[in-house]
Amino acid sequence: MASVSVPSERARGVLRRPTAVTGFWSWFTTIDHKKIGILYGATALMFFLIGGVEALLIRVQLFQPDGKLLTASQYSEVFTMHAITMIFLVVMPLSAAFFNYLMPLMIGARDVAFPRLNAFSYWLFLSGGLFLYSSWFLGGAPNGGWFGYAPNSTTDPTPGMTFYAIGLLLTGIASTAGAVNLAVTVLNMRAPGMSLFRMPAFVWMGLVVQLRLAFSLPIITVALAEMLFDRRFGTHFFDPAAGGDPILWQHLFWLFGHPEVYILILPAFGIISEILPVFSRKPLFGYQFVVFSGIAIGFIGFGVWAHHMFAVGLGPVANTAFGITTAIIAVPTGVKIFNWMATMYKGDLRFTTAMLFAIGTVMNFVVGGLSGVTHAVVPSDYQQTDTYYIVAHFHYVLFGGAILGLFGGLYYWWPKIFGRLLNERAGKINFWLMVIGLNLTFGPMHILGLQGMIRRTFTYPESLGLTFWNEVATVGAFMIAFGVLVFVVNAVASFRHAKDAGADPWDGRTIEWSIPSPPPIYNFEEIPTVHALDDFWHRKYAEDKSGRLVPVQAGGSADAGEHHVDGHGIHLPGPSYFPLIAAAGFPLIGYGIMYHWWMAFVGAVVVLVGIFGWALEPSAE
Amino acid sequence: MRKRVLWVLGLAALALALAACAPNASQDTLNPQGPYARELKNLFVPVFWVAVGVFVVVEGGILLIALKYRHRKGQDRMPAQTHGNTRLEVGWTILPAVVLAVVAVPTVATIWDLASKPPANAINVTVTGRQWWWKYEYTDPEMKTAAGGQIISANQLVIPTGRTIYLTVTADAGAGSRSDAGVPGFAVIHSYWVPEICDGKQDAVPGHENHIKCQADHPGTYTGNCAEFCGLNHGIMKLEVTALSPHDFEAWVANEKLDAATPEPGSLAATGLDTFMSVGCIACHAVRGVEGAEADAAPNLTHFASRDCMVGCLLDNQNPDDIARWLHDPAAVKEGVKMPNYHLSDDQIKALVAYLMSLK
Amino acid sequence: MAQAAVEHHGGGSEHETTTGLPNTKLAMWLFLASDCLFFGALISTYVLYRGRGIEGPFPHDVFDIPYTSVSSFVLLGSSLTMVLALAAAQKRDFGRMRIWLLATALLGMTFVGGQVYEFTAFHREGLSLDGNLFGSTFFLLTGFHGAHVVIGILMLLSLVSFSYADKLPEDASFPVEMVGLYWHFVDIVWIVIFTVVYLIPTKPPALPGG
Repeated sequence: MASVSVPSERARGVLRRPTAVTGFWSWFTTIDHKKIGILYGATALMFFLIGGVEALLIRVQLFQPDGKLLTASQYSEVFTMHAITMIFLVVMPLSAAFFNYLMPLMIGARDVAFPRLNAFSYWLFLSGGLFLYSSWFLGGAPNGGWFGYAPNSTTDPTPGMTFYAIGLLLTGIASTAGAVNLAVTVLNMRAPGMSLFRMPAFVWMGLVVQLRLAFSLPIITVALAEMLFDRRFGTHFFDPAAGGDPILWQHLFWLFGHPEVYILILPAFGIISEILPVFSRKPLFGYQFVVFSGIAIGFIGFGVWAHHMFAVGLGPVANTAFGITTAIIAVPTGVKIFNWMATMYKGDLRFTTAMLFAIGTVMNFVVGGLSGVTHAVVPSDYQQTDTYYIVAHFHYVLFGGAILGLFGGLYYWWPKIFGRLLNERAGKINFWLMVIGLNLTFGPMHILGLQGMIRRTFTYPESLGLTFWNEVATVGAFMIAFGVLVFVVNAVASFRHAKDAGADPWDGRTIEWSIPSPPPIYNFEEIPTVHALDDFWHRKYAEDKSGRLVPVQAGGSADAGEHHVDGHGIHLPGPSYFPLIAAAGFPLIGYGIMYHWWMAFVGAVVVLVGIFGWALEPSAE
Repeated sequence: MRKRVLWVLGLAALALALAACAPNASQDTLNPQGPYARELKNLFVPVFWVAVGVFVVVEGGILLIALKYRHRKGQDRMPAQTHGNTRLEVGWTILPAVVLAVVAVPTVATIWDLASKPPANAINVTVTGRQWWWKYEYTDPEMKTAAGGQIISANQLVIPTGRTIYLTVTADAGAGSRSDAGVPGFAVIHSYWVPEICDGKQDAVPGHENHIKCQADHPGTYTGNCAEFCGLNHGIMKLEVTALSPHDFEAWVANEKLDAATPEPGSLAATGLDTFMSVGCIACHAVRGVEGAEADAAPNLTHFASRDCMVGCLLDNQNPDDIARWLHDPAAVKEGVKMPNYHLSDDQIKALVAYLMSLK
Repeated sequence: MAQAAVEHHGGGSEHETTTGLPNTKLAMWLFLASDCLFFGALISTYVLYRGRGIEGPFPHDVFDIPYTSVSSFVLLGSSLTMVLALAAAQKRDFGRMRIWLLATALLGMTFVGGQVYEFTAFHREGLSLDGNLFGSTFFLLTGFHGAHVVIGILMLLSLVSFSYADKLPEDASFPVEMVGLYWHFVDIVWIVIFTVVYLIPTKPPALPGG
C-alpha cells in the first residue's frame, strides 16, 4: 500500500533513512521490487553455476566404472548440495525473481504490498544460501540427500545435516514471507479493471505457487525443527529405539516435497503461457482451462505425496490410492500441453530464442510427464524407484521443464528488465546446446535405471554393463555446461550495447510492455485501467469490419515510453537498512544453535533491532 | 533448425533401439529371470508402449505445427484470434483421463496380486539391512541348525530354483538417535532389490517389516544393491542371490545346519582360530560351535568359506588376497566401515585367512 | 510476518485495495492460515506418537490437569481483554486501550510463567526433552506454542510503548486489531493443544514391537 502514498509526519527515528536509489550501496537498501527481482535473479544464477559445477563433478565421477575423482563421503556431499542448490537456491529464487519483477508490472501496481518485507525475504534467502555453503568450511556439507531421510540424517556424525536443517529453515522463513507478500500483492493491488480473469496466466501461476508455498512450507518447517532437535538436543522424533518412526519424516517431508515439485514447475508453465501466444501472435488457447488446470494441479498436488513412498511398505490400500491420485494429476497437466499446442496451431510462429525455449520446455516436459505416468503404475515403480530412471524423470521435469522455461523467460524479459536485447544468434546456440545436452544427459538415464543402476551411488562396477550410457550422459552434461557458458557470455555482452530494446520489442500482449524498458522506478506513470485480458494487445490492435485484426491508428502502439515524465508527485517508500539488518541476525542464531549460545543471543538482538528499527522507521520525505 | 529437431529425435529413437539390445546388463529389470519380476515387466511394457504412442502424437504434433505455421519472410499474416473451444478442451481433458483409467486397471490388479500371501511351500527368510551389509535368517522350522538356532548368513542369499522365497525386509531399531554421542548409529533405512527375480524393491525400515517375493527359474547368480540411500557406502552395499537346483540347495542347507569346522590342531588354521578369539573379532562376529563367538553385530562367519562374496559383496570370499587386504585395513577398502583396524601383523593375517578359508 | 502488523501501521485504510481488505489484514490472515499448518504438523506428530513411547514418564505420570486448566483459563481470559482493548482503541480511548493491552500482556505472561513452572515441575519428575519420546513431542509442541505467546506479548508491549511515545498511526485501532487477530489465533491453538494433549486420555503405552 505504501507504494502510492506514504504515511507522512512521524519523521523521527534512530537512523536517518537512506535515500539513494542508484549506485552500488543502493542495492543493499533497496526496497524496489524490480531491483530485488534482479538481486534474486543474479544470486540464483550464481548458485546455478555452483550447482552446475557440482553436477559436472558427479558426471565426471560416474563417467567410468570405479570412478576415483570423489570419495564416497565427498560424493554424498556433492550430490546432496547439487540438489539443495538447484531446488532451493536456483529454481525457487529464479522463479521468485520473475514473480518479484513482473507480477507488479503485469497487474499494474507500483510495488509489492510490503516492499521492505520483500527486501527482508531476499536477504534472508541469501543468508540461508550462504549459511548452507559455509558448511563446506565448517566440518562438511550436508550429506544425507535433499530428502534427508531419518534416521540416516539424524545420526550422521558430521555437522552437514545440521547445516541442512537450519539452512532450509532460513530459506523457508524467507519463502513464507515472500509468498504471503506476493499473494497479497496479486489479490489486493491490481489496477482498476484487472479482474482475476484478466490477469496474465503467468500471474495466475504465480498466485498458485505463492499459496502452495504458504501452505506447504510450514510442514517442512516442523519436520526440519524435529530433525534439528534430534540432532542437537537429543530428542527422539525419528529414533526407532525410543518408539519414534522414521516414516513420519518421509510423510512430513513429501507433504512439503511434492507440492514443492509443482512450485518449481508452475512458474515455467506460467512463463511459456506468456511466450507462446506472443510469438504465435494468437491469444492463449483456452486461457480459463489453463488457469483452472493450474489451480487443479495446485490442489491435487497436496494429495499425491506418498507416491514417493511406494516401496516403503504403506500397504496396498495406500499404494492404490496414491497411484490413482498420481494418475489424476496427469490430466490437468495434459490439458495444458494440448492448450499450448492449440495456441501455436494456425499461428504466425516466430522462432526467437525465447520461443524456442518455450517449445523446448513443452517437448521435454512431455517426456518427464510420460515417465511420471509410469511411476503411477505402482508395481512398475517398485522396480524404478530409487534408480536412475527416477533421476531421468525428474530432470526432464526440472531441467527440461523448469530450467528451460526459466531460460525462455530470461530471453523474453531481458529487454524489459535491462533495456537491451540478448543476442539471438548466441541465444540459439545456447538453446541447442542445452536441449541436445539435456537429452544426451538424461535420456540415457532411463535406460541406466531400467538396467539396474541405483540412485545416489558414487560408483558402479564394470560388470553391470552400465558404462556406455554413463559416458554418453557425461558428454551431455558438458554440452549443457557449454550452453550455460554461452548464456553467461551473452548476458555479459548485452551490457555493452546501448539500451535500445524499446518498450515493446516482441509485439507483446500484456501491460508490462506498455511502459519503457527498463521501467522507471515508479513503474506506471499513471496506473492503467484494464479493459481486457491481454489488455496491451487490444490497445494496439482492433478488429475491422470483416473481423480481421488491424493496428490501431493513433497512440495505441508502443510509444508509452516516448514522452518522459520524472514521476513527480508519485510517492514511493524510501530505501531501508532494516530488512538487511533483521535478515543478518538469523544466520547468527543458526550458528549459535550449532556452536555457542551467545552467538544466538547476539543474533536475536540483531533481529530485534532490525524489526524495531523497521517498525519505527520514519518515512522518507 | 528443423533438421536439427529431427536429428535429436532420431538420436532419441536410436537410443531406445540400442537400449532394447543393451549389452549384457546383469541386473536388468527388463530381463526378468523369474515369475515375479516378469509380472512387473509385463505391466511396464504395455504402459511403456502407450506412453510411446502419446509421445509420438504429442511431439509429432508440436513439430508439425511448428513447421507448418512458421513465420515466412515477407509474409505479414495476422492469424485468427481464436480464444478457445470448450468442446475440444473438454475432449482433451477426458481423453487422457480415459487412457489413464485404462492403465489403472491392470495397475491396481497387480498391486493386490503382489500383496497376496505367498504359496504354502515358500521359503521364509528375514533380511536385515545394516551399514553396509545384509543379514539373512532362514526362519522356517526345517531351517533349524544342529545347535538349535536358525541358519544365518550374510550378503549372499542362497535359494532353490522354482520356489517362492518370501523375504521379510527390516532393519534394526538401533540404539539412540544422537549424532554427537560418538557411536554412529547403524539403524538407517535400506532397500532390498534384486531386479531380475524379485517383485521390485522394498525398504528395510527400522521398526517395520516389509515383504518381497522372489523366485528364479534357473540356477545362477543374480545381483542387486541397496536402493535407498543409507549413508556414504550406499553405492557399494551390494548383494548376490545364488539360485541352486533343488537338489544342490538341499545339500547347501545340510551343510549350513552343521556347526563350524574345527581346524586340525597345529595347522595354520588352528593358529588363526586362536588369533580370531584373541584380537577382538568376537566382539562382533559369531562362529557357531565356537564358544565365546556369539555376537550378532557383524556377519556370522560359521560357513564363511561356502559364500562367494563379503563386505557387502564388494570383495571375493574365495580370494585369499581380498580377505587379507580387508583384514589389513578395512577402512582402506571401504571408507567409514564399522570394522576397526586391529593393526594385525602379516602372520596374524595369514593365519586368520587360513582359518576363515577353512570354514566351508 | 508478525512484525508486519506493527510495521505497516495505517494498513490499507488510506487507499483502496482490490479486495477492499487492507493489505496487512489479508497478509495476517494468510500468515495465520499458514501457521495453522505449522501447528497442524506439530499436533499430528504428537497424536501419531501418542502411546508409542517405550520409556516413561508417561502423560498420566506428570499431568496436573486442574493446574493447567487454570492457566488455560487465564489465557482464554486474555482474549477477552484483547477484545476490550480493541473496542477502546476504536473509541479512541487510548488510556483504556493501553490498560487493556497491558492486562492482556500480563495474562499472557501469567500463562507463560505457569508454563515455565509446569515445565520445571515435569523436569523434576524426570520428563525431559531428550529423555523419552513423550518428552520430545510434548516439549516441542507446547514450547513452540509458548514461543508464539511470547512473540504476542512482545507485540502487545510494543503497542503500549508505541502508544505512549505517540508512534502509533492515526488509526491506532488497526495495529491493535492485527495484534488481536494473532493473539486470538494463539489462544484458539491452545484450546486445541490443551484438549489433545491434556484432556484426551492416552492409551496405555504400547509394548516394544507391539
